[in-house]
Amino acid sequence: MALYIFRRLAFFLGALVASSVAIFLLIRAAGGNVAAIVLGRDASPDAIDALATEYGLDRPLAVQYLDWIGGMLSGDLGRSFRTNESVTDLVTSRLEVSIPLALMGLTLGLLIAIPAGIFAARNAGRPSGAFVGLLSQVGIAVPVFWAGILLSLLFGVHLGWLPTGGWTPWSVDPVQALRSLVLPVLSLGTILGAVMTRYVRSAVLDVMNQDYVRTARASGMTASQALLQVGLRNAALPIVTVIGLQMAELIGGTVIIEMVFSLPGLARMILANVAAREVIVVQSTVMLIIVFVIFVNFLIDMAYALLDPRTRRGR
Amino acid sequence: MSGADNAIEVRDLFVGNGDLTAVQGVSFTIPAGGRMGLVGESGSGKSMTALGIMGLLPAGWHVRGSVRHDGVDLVGQSDRQMSKRRGRTISMVFQDPLSALDPVRRVGRQVTSILRRHLDLSAAEAERQALDLFAQINLPEPARILRAYPHELSGGQRQRIMIAMALACYPQLIIADEPTTALDVTVQKQVLRILDAAVRERGSALLMITHNLPIIAAICDSVAVMYAGRIVEAGPVAQVFRTPRHRYTQGLLRSQPTMDNISFDAGARLPAIPGMVPPLTDLPPGCPFHPRCAAASALCRTRMPPFEGAPHGAACWHPADGAGEAP
Ligand SMILES: Nc1ncnc2c1ncn2[C@@H]1O[C@H](COP(=O)(O)OP(=O)(O)OP(=O)(O)O)[C@@H](O)[C@H]1O
Ligand code: SF4
Ligand SMILES: [Mg+2]
Repeated sequence: MALYIFRRLAFFLGALVASSVAIFLLIRAAGGNVAAIVLGRDASPDAIDALATEYGLDRPLAVQYLDWIGGMLSGDLGRSFRTNESVTDLVTSRLEVSIPLALMGLTLGLLIAIPAGIFAARNAGRPSGAFVGLLSQVGIAVPVFWAGILLSLLFGVHLGWLPTGGWTPWSVDPVQALRSLVLPVLSLGTILGAVMTRYVRSAVLDVMNQDYVRTARASGMTASQALLQVGLRNAALPIVTVIGLQMAELIGGTVIIEMVFSLPGLARMILANVAAREVIVVQSTVMLIIVFVIFVNFLIDMAYALLDPRTRRGR
Repeated sequence: MSGADNAIEVRDLFVGNGDLTAVQGVSFTIPAGGRMGLVGESGSGKSMTALGIMGLLPAGWHVRGSVRHDGVDLVGQSDRQMSKRRGRTISMVFQDPLSALDPVRRVGRQVTSILRRHLDLSAAEAERQALDLFAQINLPEPARILRAYPHELSGGQRQRIMIAMALACYPQLIIADEPTTALDVTVQKQVLRILDAAVRERGSALLMITHNLPIIAAICDSVAVMYAGRIVEAGPVAQVFRTPRHRYTQGLLRSQPTMDNISFDAGARLPAIPGMVPPLTDLPPGCPFHPRCAAASALCRTRMPPFEGAPHGAACWHPADGAGEAP
């Protein structure tokens, strides 16, 4: 067990280092002379040099990289070239939108996918199971932005129950903040739920055909008891894996939903800063998202160790 | 024989899925404490017979006929009613103990949960009985094994756990479907001896499914031979093995090493039955064995032979003992 955790931790740290180097080099390679890009085509060479010196862009790449990472580790994500604002402050105000949106969307997705997937598996080959399968297919085919627009038309414009966009910070009015998130979370969650239903269904179907579920029945469990008491515990392994695989879907969906509902989240901030060529802001926030993804996958590895005794012996 | 004396009475059992019929009218009786072997080539329907009796068929498969056991007909019982019997009055040992045990639960829990479910024991009492069971099946360090996961045990240990689970509640009948096939040759005999002793001690009846005729000769008192979903010969072990009547049984016996035909000559091979078992979807008319039978006549090719001649019966137009029609 200790060996397994140690290995996953080493892998986690290795992945962080590798991806930070990759991000750093990619952005520098794409950007060329950062100071020149920030100042634009008409800037004088003197101005470019001055900016480069001020932000330390004239130092060797390795030094710049270590400086950046050192700052990240101490919570300093750098400063904006244009406004000189601290990226840390910029990001924190955005996270209060993006994190609740992503987490609530994922939770809703699981709350839909797990029961729906189990139902579809248990009723495989029957009309009711096929119907759930069809709903899930429809959900997969519908783009997230379309779901968002439909929901905001129905509940926002037509019924007028909920805001169709915009944001009230939690500190100003928590209830209003929550209301602003209802439609975005619904759109994101139902689409994620539809995608994950298919995975849950096949995980449960697979487990239902396993010999150990038959053994559970042979020793006195009804088919439902065997599925719920023995099958689900085993199906949890592939389901947890799917959560890791859905991270890309989740982040992509969050970006789109922030656009559709004009929420001031992290995604919109990154896009705006890409357009404004704010190299440091983009570099640090993208890295932050990568840390999040790698961390979730690390948590999934740990969940595996808890769920599956075979993993604990190292693998 | 009255129903109460028998561990199980199977009559005209059919197991099918849509147009496929894997078991076609199988009948047999095992008296209380009796031991019957069920043999036949791969695909002859042995496992489907067992799963049909247990009500554990794969999705889409259904069973017809009657299975009298403990005063009721198991065919037509609900899953809930069957769940009260499985593991208690009738239980089953499967072929591959690695896939048959739950990989994420300790084996102790898997054994005690049966005792608790059926006998309503407390956790402590169930654990005590599980330790007793482990001692009976010669598991070393029972306390350690109680806390082990299946992947931490050897194949022989795992199969002994399966046997412990099947025997835990002193069932009237145990069905063992090739319980030693997945094990190393060296532990097969040991596991078999343990199964034999534990079944005997409980006075349970045994239905032993295997390809291995010597196993049946060693531990069963009667035997039924299956071919293409039917029982083609049945009777006391000594009679069937010494004087087989059906041509298929003859071939089966000839293809197995015995004291008489065993050879230490590396190049020597026992005569295998020529041809293959016909697929379920393409059974020949008449006796299903006729394409492979040297004694087949025109009659064999057109009409199904009836099963005749209890207590040592066979379904053959031209049985080897000459009791049938002349070939
Ligand atoms: N899950 C399944 N789906 C479809 N057909 C099956 C399934 N299981 C078994 N069959 C078919 O049913 C027939 C009987 O199979 P069964 O498993 O009872 O044979 P068996 O005598 O136990 O063979 P073996 O010695 O290989 O275990 C075979 O023709 C097999 O192909
Ligand atoms: S009935 Fe005919 S074909 Fe079938 S086993 Fe007997 S002799 Fe052979
Ligand atoms: Mg079989």
